Amino acid sequence: MPEIKVTPLGAGQDVGRSCILVSIGGKNIMLDCGMHMGFNDDRRFPDFSYITQQGRLTEFLDCVIISHFHLDHCGALPYMSEMVGYDGPIYMTHPTKAICPILLEDFRKITVDKKGETNFFTSQMIKDCMKKVVPLNLHQTVQVDDELEIKAYYAGHVLGAAMVQIKVGSESVVYTGDYNMTPDRHLGAAWIDKCRPDILISESTYATTIRDSKRCRERDFLKKVHETVERGGKVLIPVFALGRAQELCILLETFWERMNMKAPIYFSTGLTEKANHYYKLFITWTNQKIRKTFVQRNMFEFKHIKAFDRSYADNPGPMVVFATPGMLHAGQSLQIFKKWAGNEKNMIIMPGYCVQGTIGHKILNGQKKLEMENRQTLEVKLQVEYMSFSAHADAKGIMQLIRMAEPRNMLLVHGEAKKMEFLKDKIEQEFTINCFMPANGETTTVITNPSVPVDISLNLLKREMALGGPLPDPKKPRTMHGTLIMKDNSLRLVSPEQALKELGLNEHQLRFTCRVQYRKTEFTIFIVLFDLLLKKCYTIQHLPDGTVMVESIVIKVSSSAEEPNTKVLLLSWSYQDEDLGSFLSTLLKKGLPSGLSSM
Amino acid sequence: MCYCLSGHPTLPCNVLKFKSTTIMLDCGLDTTSVLQFLPLPLVHSPRLSKLPGWVSKDGTINLEKELKECAGRVFVDSQPEFCLPEKELLDLSTIDVILISNYHCMMALPYITEHTGFTGTVYATEPTLQIGRLLMEELVNFMERVPKAQSATCWKYKEIQRLLPGPLKDAVEVSTWKRCYSMQDVNSALSKVQLVGYSQKVELFGAVQVTPLSSGYSLGSSNWIIQSHYEKVSYVSGSSLLTTHPQPMDQSSLKNSDVLILTGLTQMPTANPDGMLGDFCSNLAMTIRAGGNVLVPCYSSGVIYDLLECLYQFIENANLGSTPFYFISPVANSSLEFSQIFAEWLCHNKQSKVYLPEPPFPHAELIQTNKLKHYPSIHGDFSSEFRQPCVVFTGHPSLRFGDVVHFMELWGKSSLNTIIFTEPDFSYLDALAPYQPLAMKCVYCPIDTRLNFHQVSKLLKEVQPLHVVCPEQYTQPPPAQSHRSDLMLELQPPPMPYRRCSVLGLPFRRRWERIQLLPELAKSLVPSEIKPGISVATVSAVLQSKDNKHTLQPVPKPPPLPPSKKRKRVVEEPPEVLAPKPLLSGAVPLEAFLAMLHKHGITEVKVEETADGHILHLQAEDTLIQLEEDGTHIVCDDNEPLRTALRDLVLRFLMKL
Repeated sequence: MPEIKVTPLGAGQDVGRSCILVSIGGKNIMLDCGMHMGFNDDRRFPDFSYITQQGRLTEFLDCVIISHFHLDHCGALPYMSEMVGYDGPIYMTHPTKAICPILLEDFRKITVDKKGETNFFTSQMIKDCMKKVVPLNLHQTVQVDDELEIKAYYAGHVLGAAMVQIKVGSESVVYTGDYNMTPDRHLGAAWIDKCRPDILISESTYATTIRDSKRCRERDFLKKVHETVERGGKVLIPVFALGRAQELCILLETFWERMNMKAPIYFSTGLTEKANHYYKLFITWTNQKIRKTFVQRNMFEFKHIKAFDRSYADNPGPMVVFATPGMLHAGQSLQIFKKWAGNEKNMIIMPGYCVQGTIGHKILNGQKKLEMENRQTLEVKLQVEYMSFSAHADAKGIMQLIRMAEPRNMLLVHGEAKKMEFLKDKIEQEFTINCFMPANGETTTVITNPSVPVDISLNLLKREMALGGPLPDPKKPRTMHGTLIMKDNSLRLVSPEQALKELGLNEHQLRFTCRVQYRKTEFTIFIVLFDLLLKKCYTIQHLPDGTVMVESIVIKVSSSAEEPNTKVLLLSWSYQDEDLGSFLSTLLKKGLPSGLSSM
Repeated sequence: MCYCLSGHPTLPCNVLKFKSTTIMLDCGLDTTSVLQFLPLPLVHSPRLSKLPGWVSKDGTINLEKELKECAGRVFVDSQPEFCLPEKELLDLSTIDVILISNYHCMMALPYITEHTGFTGTVYATEPTLQIGRLLMEELVNFMERVPKAQSATCWKYKEIQRLLPGPLKDAVEVSTWKRCYSMQDVNSALSKVQLVGYSQKVELFGAVQVTPLSSGYSLGSSNWIIQSHYEKVSYVSGSSLLTTHPQPMDQSSLKNSDVLILTGLTQMPTANPDGMLGDFCSNLAMTIRAGGNVLVPCYSSGVIYDLLECLYQFIENANLGSTPFYFISPVANSSLEFSQIFAEWLCHNKQSKVYLPEPPFPHAELIQTNKLKHYPSIHGDFSSEFRQPCVVFTGHPSLRFGDVVHFMELWGKSSLNTIIFTEPDFSYLDALAPYQPLAMKCVYCPIDTRLNFHQVSKLLKEVQPLHVVCPEQYTQPPPAQSHRSDLMLELQPPPMPYRRCSVLGLPFRRRWERIQLLPELAKSLVPSEIKPGISVATVSAVLQSKDNKHTLQPVPKPPPLPPSKKRKRVVEEPPEVLAPKPLLSGAVPLEAFLAMLHKHGITEVKVEETADGHILHLQAEDTLIQLEEDGTHIVCDDNEPLRTALRDLVLRFLMKL
């Protein structure tokens, strides 16, 4: 029985280290290969020993697909390919291929250079890993091998984010990665066609949230920034260098312009300019408005936003600083936070989701005293605001995607178990499809029931369609009759006559003949009988020699030599008309029941 | 069936009817017709405004308003007109989809999709759409900038045209010539475009699948595969195997085609593009060094990117660093900007630049360092900033409209200046005709990167299509080089040539269609092996056809009979019309059959030999069985149970199909 198996190695009832194994039609695919921001030990990476205890992964995987450049989706890639060992193809879109190595290098620097960890992947490993990457274009059907094909769809979320369809024969799975169903200031909305996958694997970060309109959130955000700056406070916005940062920059840039604001806006790290450059070169991946106007005014050239220098953090007066990373778990954003945390005039705006264990997560949960390294404690006096700008689909968006793709089964990953539970119930109720939410290492098996493709002879099909008429009558289904020839892996459906001819077989005619005697007076039964048959749409022909044909059944009437008052009926039919022939002969022998003659 | 609406081999327009879909392949606009018209000057030209009108020698035909004599030739004085694809051969409103292969081959789109009742979809890649839009915008802008009230029509009358001097006399299809469309038509036409990516499989009505493949000729240029499960048509339009800026050509996907429609080969089969590029650079340098200006009439996208890249490397070495390069077109800026954002569609080298991130084309640097400047027109900033000697890239390559007309008037009289033709679409002598006599030097370096005959025969050998359809021009050597039998297609079987208005029947017979057996049905089948390796199964099923997809489902079980008094009568009713029983095959062997009868208690059998077999007389039952090689006949009068028993015994020996 054909089946599809899905096993999350990461992101099963959890957010972080996304890594999902799919077995479909004898092919094994790894979807994403991320790291977990909340752990510093082995749990940081997916547990690849699930695939094999020893040795390389190459022979166990047909391909690896990375949905987008966020580290929780690609952070373990060099570890997997270079340290565990995988030499097969790795697919990702062009923007992801461009940006992912930069973020990996950043991540490596923080881990190795700052934290001093050893036994970690090197710069060279990142380069070697990227050499295995095959770029994917949107909607392009990529043939991984003769049977396995993949296709990328636009996912919104971040520059270059993609959903992927994986197809073997008539079985298919769609993996959404992270996606966004509403367009934002720089990206469009995710889109997929009605591809009816056997399983739709969806993220569910905001499984229980139905977010208010984006405009309200933006207005709120600007109001809070404005108020803080007005009262002379400093605003820290921890972001990842690429993605939300650009959206918020566009937002603040236009606000500053409109309100003629003077307070400086800074963007930390040298990555900014480079990041904006990627947006300019990959403008086709942004939303329609930006794409349409980019020749006149490139939205990613900012007038008000300047590069940040570490010394600026101590400058007096108001300022807005975008600093990386976004979850306050290390780096510049954390340093600035430590400096500004003690002043209640200041504000920190967390524009995205923070995983458990990070400082971002702690302060969002209202923690006022933080234990830092060296057993120091940090008092959090500044205002903490959370604005969900991170571009994930909310519950409404997820339901919308299900409506678009019409999957046969649903599988949730990349979310918290409790929230998933809620969404699972909702999906099962609304769409009456199965919804799964496996934990890490737990396998979900879905039995697929693929139909069998067969080559039908055009003659047979056309004849059948002509007989059946354009609209089949559900009450009177027409049965079509054919012979399936199975030869050398080919399946061909032809008419029985053609099959005989093709296979060089003779036809064997089987015929039956019956004689029935009648008295003349009973002869009227024919009129009744034919009338009845006509009602059932049988064709009845009267031949010139007095023979009557009902379909291909021959009925001949002749007088009996011995008894002048008697007629002899000769009934002859072939095996093909056995049902009708047998019916008629029985009926004629028995004589018509009285009920029937009155019909 | 294939309807050929254009006779121009590089600007094709064919319509394919395939499996009940009507697919237009490209809609090229033949603009060579504009060579019959007077140039449209941007600035008042005393010379062009004082031309004498044309009157026939005997004075009987006076067309002095419409036709002007200029430099010994007669030109039409009117807004230039284009030669449209044939519109009468078939009803354009029946076209389901239009597949575009590159931006040069879509310029007639508004004529096809607007005001014709067209309701279909146009498929093109994103660069094709965006750059195609720019080229159309430019064309409209060129025309609308110099409005000309007059529209010449009298000269087109057949009786008049044949009395005109050549080449006007020989102009073909003049009745179809039309003025340029409006921007409104362009926008409306382009709103019907649906974007596709290379190797994307697009389903049309469930019947046909179309797929664009990289063709290597220009940004986003594609060839198309049109296929069903059993038939495959490849449409090859402008393709290139040279390494210029676009993504390389995908050749292997063209394999196993039943029919390959071949258009868009090079128009310059004897000119080597690399050599031409060298000539271009050296002539340019020579002119500049001598203090002259260089005029390059060109399209705003395409080869110009390669020219600029070549110059980028060349100018430092040739010490031309201080020479200003100008690119003048209403869409110059857009074209340069757009070229930088289509990394996915570029060759590998350029693609990897965006990973750095750097712009893929070096003209970004030329602009940044002020070596290359672009202007929407000669009016405005350009007139004040312009320094000589300089190099100007501008359109239109026909020299009949656009800013190039101005430079011809300005620089034509000095032998220091040079005009270098790089576009292969127009005969340069015809293009220059209204400007004669000309002191300016003329250099002809046509750069056409499309496939030449050598490359195409190699390609065809590789992909081995069963049949090739091509414009008739490719089946004979070019008229000017009739001895060059290497400049034509020689294939076995010979290609099927077409010309404007040809209707070709494509040589494939459709015999099969794909159908899906539902799993329940597939499971219920009972295959039996009839020969080693060949099994058959009888299929009785219900056919469902929806959106051109066919499925077979199990025959539904009849609903249970209603438990009513009518029941008895129901039994008496004849069976519903059903599909016939299977065909039978094989023979009934006499001895075995007799044994079988014996086993079932029928012992009194009299066997009589006949010419074709035997007749068995079952004496006790008064029943006859006629056994023959290819038939069995049971004659049984009044014993239905016996008849059915005999039937089943016979069936045991036979194969059912």
